[in-house]
Amino acid sequence: MPDTRRRAVNYLLGSGIIASLASFLYPVAKFLRPPRVPEAPVNEVTVPGAARMAPNSARIVRFGTEPVLLIRVSEAEWRAFGATCTHLNCTVQYRSESQQIWCACHNGFYDLNGRVVSGPPPRPLDEFVVRARGDEVVIARRS
Amino acid sequence: MAIQTAKRWQVWLEERLGWDRVREFLAHKKVPVHSGTAWYYFGGITLFLFGIQVATGILLLLYYRPTAAEAYESVQFIMTRVEFGWLIRSIHSWSANLMVLTAFIHMFSVAFLRGWQRPRELTWLSGILLLGLTLAFGFTGYLLPWNTTAYFATKVGTDLAGSVPFVGPGLARFLRGGDEVTGATLTRFFGFHVAVLPALTTALLGLHLALVQRFGISTPPWLESRGDVPQMPFVPNFLLRELMAWYLALGTLGMLAALFPWPLGEKADPFAPAPAGIRPEWYFLAAFYTLKLLPSHIWVLESEQAGLIGLGLLALWWAALPFWGVRPDGRERTKLVTGTGVLLIAWLSTFSVLGYLK
Repeated sequence: MPDTRRRAVNYLLGSGIIASLASFLYPVAKFLRPPRVPEAPVNEVTVPGAARMAPNSARIVRFGTEPVLLIRVSEAEWRAFGATCTHLNCTVQYRSESQQIWCACHNGFYDLNGRVVSGPPPRPLDEFVVRARGDEVVIARRS
Repeated sequence: MAIQTAKRWQVWLEERLGWDRVREFLAHKKVPVHSGTAWYYFGGITLFLFGIQVATGILLLLYYRPTAAEAYESVQFIMTRVEFGWLIRSIHSWSANLMVLTAFIHMFSVAFLRGWQRPRELTWLSGILLLGLTLAFGFTGYLLPWNTTAYFATKVGTDLAGSVPFVGPGLARFLRGGDEVTGATLTRFFGFHVAVLPALTTALLGLHLALVQRFGISTPPWLESRGDVPQMPFVPNFLLRELMAWYLALGTLGMLAALFPWPLGEKADPFAPAPAGIRPEWYFLAAFYTLKLLPSHIWVLESEQAGLIGLGLLALWWAALPFWGVRPDGRERTKLVTGTGVLLIAWLSTFSVLGYLK
């Protein structure tokens, strides 16, 4: 068989095989990517029993799929921040003795405005809006 | 330039990995050519299907959840939400069934082509054990979607295991992880299916393949005695044909998965009655129907006990083929071996069909 014809046949065979292998690997590659689970967006959460929280105490509240730290600073003053540390996503906690928000993972500190005081966090905590009406406390996203 | 770089890599690796010895061996490996050569592909196809099971199994592992609360839903998620999840799962189920079929074909073709004769007795024995492991894979994997059919199939299967004399009740509790089929059974079967059985299979398969390389592909004795049997070089002739067979097998799997996707069924409910017409997977049908035919008591034994003992003895006897298939002086018991093989195939096929129809 002349060399050019052999080369043409080899080229066709080779590219055919590569195309078929690609057709096997394509579904596998798509399979590996986790499907997006559509979440119904949550914009507001009413916190049951919040009225019974003592001043200078805090609670982590479920806001859709994310944790939110609700702080009762005083009888009438409330703050709420996303409880996910901006460093490496650990969940933070409130330290009532120093009135600071603390991340146990790498010792990051935030003040009552959510701003970084010390430690590795690069950004302030996400701020949420709290509306207290009588016994009802509602946390909402900042628009 | 690229070729020179490739050659340099090859030399570097060869010095360290000793590939040249493998290449030497492969260059001399030959396959006998005769009217039965086509049967030689079935071992490789079974191996290929096992590889497919490992690959698709690992992919399924990324999404499957092995608890009674979530197993069914996770399989549903794979079938409906994950991209090509339906394809991967259906290929896994179809390939499991095809692998059992090709393993049986491989075993019977080896039996008839006398590939079990000296010095290949251990190859035969390891092969029988591998068949047992394949059936165990099928039995444990079947429960994992936690649907109604699987639940009741496992109930019956473990109950049967409990009928084995002496060790029965202990064996049933060990398999079930308790006295009933529950979430504990699912977790246990999951552990068997993805860890224990693969480990055992890898070890046994290694032995089986090593023995095949050591002794080479057997030539049927009636041809060997006649003289020069034409030989095909393994590389590239047989290997390329084998790769083609594998390619066709993969295509068949894709087609089956696309045209006949594996059903999801309904989530298992222990308090719902077993569905009408329930029966085991096809590879257990012959044994199932045989047990059904037995009268409720034989001598002092219950039918399941007697049936299991009988089937167990049959399996042991078939496994011992290399030892009773030849006379002490080395001459083969031709009629006995062929007759047994034919009767076994006849029993398996007839009773499977009957089990399916009844």
